[in-house]
Amino acid sequence: MENHKPSKDLFVPVERTDNDSEKINRPSLSFWQDSFIRLRKNVGAMIGLFVLIALGVMAIFGPYMNSYGEFEQDLSRAKMPPKVEGLGWLGMDGTLSSVQTADTLEKAEQKAYMRFNNQEEFITLQTLNDGSNGQPAEVEAEYDVYAAKGMEDQSFWFGTDGLGRDLWTRTWMGTRISLYIALLAATIDMIIGVAYGGISAYYGGRVDNYMQRIIEILVGIPNLVIVILMILILEPGILSITIALTITGWISMARIVRGQVLKLKNQEFVLASRTLGSKDNRILRKHLVPNVLGLIIINTMFTIPAAIFFEAFLSFIGLGLPTPIASLGTLIDDGFKSLQIYPHILLFPAIVISLIMIAFNVLADGLRDAFDPKMRE
Amino acid sequence: MTRYILQRLGYMIITMFLIATFTFFLMKFLPGTPLSAADKLSEEQQAVVLEKYGLNDPVPVQYFNYMVNLTQGDLGISFQFDNREVTTIILERIGPSMTLGFQAMVIGTILGMLLGLISAIYHNGFLDYGSTFIAVVGKSIPSFVFAGILQYFVGVKLGWFPVALWEGWEYTVLPTVALAIFPIAIAARFMRTEMLEVLGSDYITTARAKGVNKFGVVFKHGLRNALIPLITVLGPLAIGLMTGTLVIENIFAVPGIGEQFVKAINTNDFPIIMGTTLLIAFLFIFIILVIDLLYGVIDPRIRLAEGE
Amino acid sequence: MDKLLDVKNLHVSFDTYGGEVKAVRGVNFDLKKGETLAIVGESGSGKSVTTKALMQLIPKPPGRIKEGEILFEGRDLAKMNEKQMQKIRGKEISMIFQDPMTSLNPTMKVGNQIMEGLIKHQKMNKSQARKRVVELLDLVGIPDPENRMKQYPHQFSGGMRQRVVVAIALACNPKLLIADEPTTALDVTIQAQILELMKDIQKKTDSATIFITHDLGVVANVADRVAVMYAGKIVEIGTVDDIFYNPKHPYTWGLLGSMPSLDSADEELYAIPGSPPDLLDPPKGDAFAARNEYALQIDLEQEPPMFKVSDTHYAATWLLHEHAPDIEPPASIKKRMEGMANTSSESKGERV
Ligand SMILES: Nc1ncnc2c1ncn2[C@@H]1O[C@H](COP(=O)(O)OP(=O)(O)O)[C@@H](O)[C@H]1O
Ligand SMILES: [Mg+2]
Repeated sequence: MENHKPSKDLFVPVERTDNDSEKINRPSLSFWQDSFIRLRKNVGAMIGLFVLIALGVMAIFGPYMNSYGEFEQDLSRAKMPPKVEGLGWLGMDGTLSSVQTADTLEKAEQKAYMRFNNQEEFITLQTLNDGSNGQPAEVEAEYDVYAAKGMEDQSFWFGTDGLGRDLWTRTWMGTRISLYIALLAATIDMIIGVAYGGISAYYGGRVDNYMQRIIEILVGIPNLVIVILMILILEPGILSITIALTITGWISMARIVRGQVLKLKNQEFVLASRTLGSKDNRILRKHLVPNVLGLIIINTMFTIPAAIFFEAFLSFIGLGLPTPIASLGTLIDDGFKSLQIYPHILLFPAIVISLIMIAFNVLADGLRDAFDPKMRE
Repeated sequence: MTRYILQRLGYMIITMFLIATFTFFLMKFLPGTPLSAADKLSEEQQAVVLEKYGLNDPVPVQYFNYMVNLTQGDLGISFQFDNREVTTIILERIGPSMTLGFQAMVIGTILGMLLGLISAIYHNGFLDYGSTFIAVVGKSIPSFVFAGILQYFVGVKLGWFPVALWEGWEYTVLPTVALAIFPIAIAARFMRTEMLEVLGSDYITTARAKGVNKFGVVFKHGLRNALIPLITVLGPLAIGLMTGTLVIENIFAVPGIGEQFVKAINTNDFPIIMGTTLLIAFLFIFIILVIDLLYGVIDPRIRLAEGE
Repeated sequence: MDKLLDVKNLHVSFDTYGGEVKAVRGVNFDLKKGETLAIVGESGSGKSVTTKALMQLIPKPPGRIKEGEILFEGRDLAKMNEKQMQKIRGKEISMIFQDPMTSLNPTMKVGNQIMEGLIKHQKMNKSQARKRVVELLDLVGIPDPENRMKQYPHQFSGGMRQRVVVAIALACNPKLLIADEPTTALDVTIQAQILELMKDIQKKTDSATIFITHDLGVVANVADRVAVMYAGKIVEIGTVDDIFYNPKHPYTWGLLGSMPSLDSADEELYAIPGSPPDLLDPPKGDAFAARNEYALQIDLEQEPPMFKVSDTHYAATWLLHEHAPDIEPPASIKKRMEGMANTSSESKGERV
């Protein structure tokens, strides 16, 4: 004890002010403040958010950052490799390279020249193995495509595709379309799901019963099947893909909302405002929606990447957007056609779609942790 | 339990019936007919063709015949390869698809579980972060992007495995790996969560209070309890793999159902499209049913709940 | 008699997202062989954390023993490593947990769960262990033990499960048995049965027992001594008679006042106002002051030390200080005290 002889004056009863006992409570942060603080501490989620913002900005402004149009074809500049001034060390120097092997060095060099149409003045050879050690000779040829085509003054940052269209412009236009479809689908899912789940749970009884039977039948039908069938009816297009995605997409949202509303419905504060005579939809708006909002946001964050995946998936099975519209799916599908020789056509849209998917998933995970009441002390 | 199974079977039949009906009418109203795929035919020839496909009967009769045929496993005749039954075509092609799906499932879940287990045991350690990172990336990046990476780097650049076709086990390696990434990621995440929850539960404290060592706690008490819920993700995993095979088979030119399906879409061969769709729907529903039942059999707690 | 257990200045903290939760803040008590100590206090007062710390069962991280000694037969358990603790747990000290619904492994047969400790600590083979399991199940009053041991926990009712948990704890004849609210999660009628069982077992074995409860009602029956815990500290400790018939701490008064008794059936039950303090940021002075209607000015500034009331009885309240005003305990407590003739009427204590 720091003080052995406490002063006598202290041994008097405490004078109590009215709200003394309230003071022992820690100042409590609101649900949203608390969640936000927790989200900000989550490094992964913040990186994800930043990546998404950056990609969103590029989807809006990227296509206007050079002068090539999305649909501008020119076969004379087909399959140009990517070239960015100053990024040569990253391999984006506008050259193609190829390693050729043969029995003798001479033959290998010949093959290497042949690989790029014998345009010797634009080809630099580098001998990797001259064949003297018993192994086959190896020669690497580097071909300056831009010089060979007399386009030294141009640079296609992401290269061009098989029809000579600028892939920078198309990649960002494609990102825009894919994000647009995904956001639209997620929004529609959210609206339908919240309305359906909310109504079903709030009114309960017969209404709930019928609405749940409908859901039970719908969930039995695999959404892959529904999406395929819907696209067959509707003919591929931005709107039809969006609709196809939303036909089953809202169900999980409806279930989550219903579950939450049922749980909250009988809690005191709702009962209290009911007895105070609040109108039904007012209760729904003022009490229930804020309480389920966290879950709605998390679920939406997971539906967006799922929609992006499905859009790309449909392109792959031949049900994607019609040419010449670019989406991440159609670009990647296209990239596979010349993957072995011109991997850059696949590379950039593949990187973008991967970044979007990872970023959304990480952010959604972060939000889930941030909103999780179990983590709250 | 029996009642539960019957009820589930009932739902399954209703769902299949609805899908089949929907599919039939969809086919009726779609623009393509067997004629559009064929070369110009005289009217006489056209009549013969329509007769062959039973397209001259009134719609209700067609519907009835279609349903009856379905129950016998007859999915109709392909527009594209004339005279060939859809069922036969599918059966011919189911082998490679099954092989891929099965390999990816087994390899994926086992590796994923190991990864998740390591994560949970070394919770918040370096290994945990590493495997969580793998899981997030694996779950997020679409299988076709992985397929591209594998095809280009492992197939083309390194030349370790063939990049396409189906002529021996080494041809299955790249597509299997591309498909397995997703189950690895999902199983790892799920295993980690379950194991952490189990390790935090009261009966683990009881076991520790008995003096059981760490190994016993994790493997004797923890693992079994964490594995049981893992069964519930097998369904979504199988479904994800089926979706994945549709594209992976195309990328690696595997002569499976998925590759056939995409060909059919590009040639408007509706009987094959519908047949495959029905097959997928059936497998989906069937897998979910089996997994639900399996769960009930394996978990003693659930077995009791159903029995009461 | 020898001291079996001597806990000195035990501090346990949890490092959480919000900061350091000081769950146990300097606890001292001891226990003799064969003795039963009850620890009472509201939930959240640190009873479970204290006893789990004895066995190093606190989840680490976030928990850690910050300070203090836990002398068990002279050996300091707080300094032992995991390997050494594994030899103590279940053999020398064992624990009965609160909720029988969750404290048994749902996928392991009951018999195997009991056998585990026997095989590990007593090096029994399977058939010896099986024999002992039958004995144990019989001891805790589970009929048909041969068949029951082959069943899973879900095939047992709550009360029966708790008997299994007791059997697990008793398996290796521990020197110290810790029962953490063993009846709280059970139905009232079952509670009585399990209490009976506990008393019965105390008679049959010579284990010392720490019996945790938030219900003073059960204490008088089972305990020799009682420790009252509040906000991570022991605020009063003494024999059952000391605590029931001569309580000194206002918190103990509150606990006793909130206990229904036969002769006061018509009186309204008292409830201590407010809620326990936040252990993330414990208040200055006496942690109970904010809820204490007898609080003194000094309670807000300095923590009260332990005052000695008698050789067996100590309490941490400034009311026992020589300068403290004479304060009358509430009427119901006074009635209790009068009922007990031999208690000292001395209202001041000696500081320790
Ligand atoms: N794992 C943990 N993490 C953080 N705080 C904990 C943890 N376990 C217990 N506590 C804190 O320790 C305090 C005492 O808890 P406990 O000993 O369980 O109380 P009781 O007296 O009801 O048994 C509580 O305030 C609780 O918040
Ligand atoms: Mg407790």
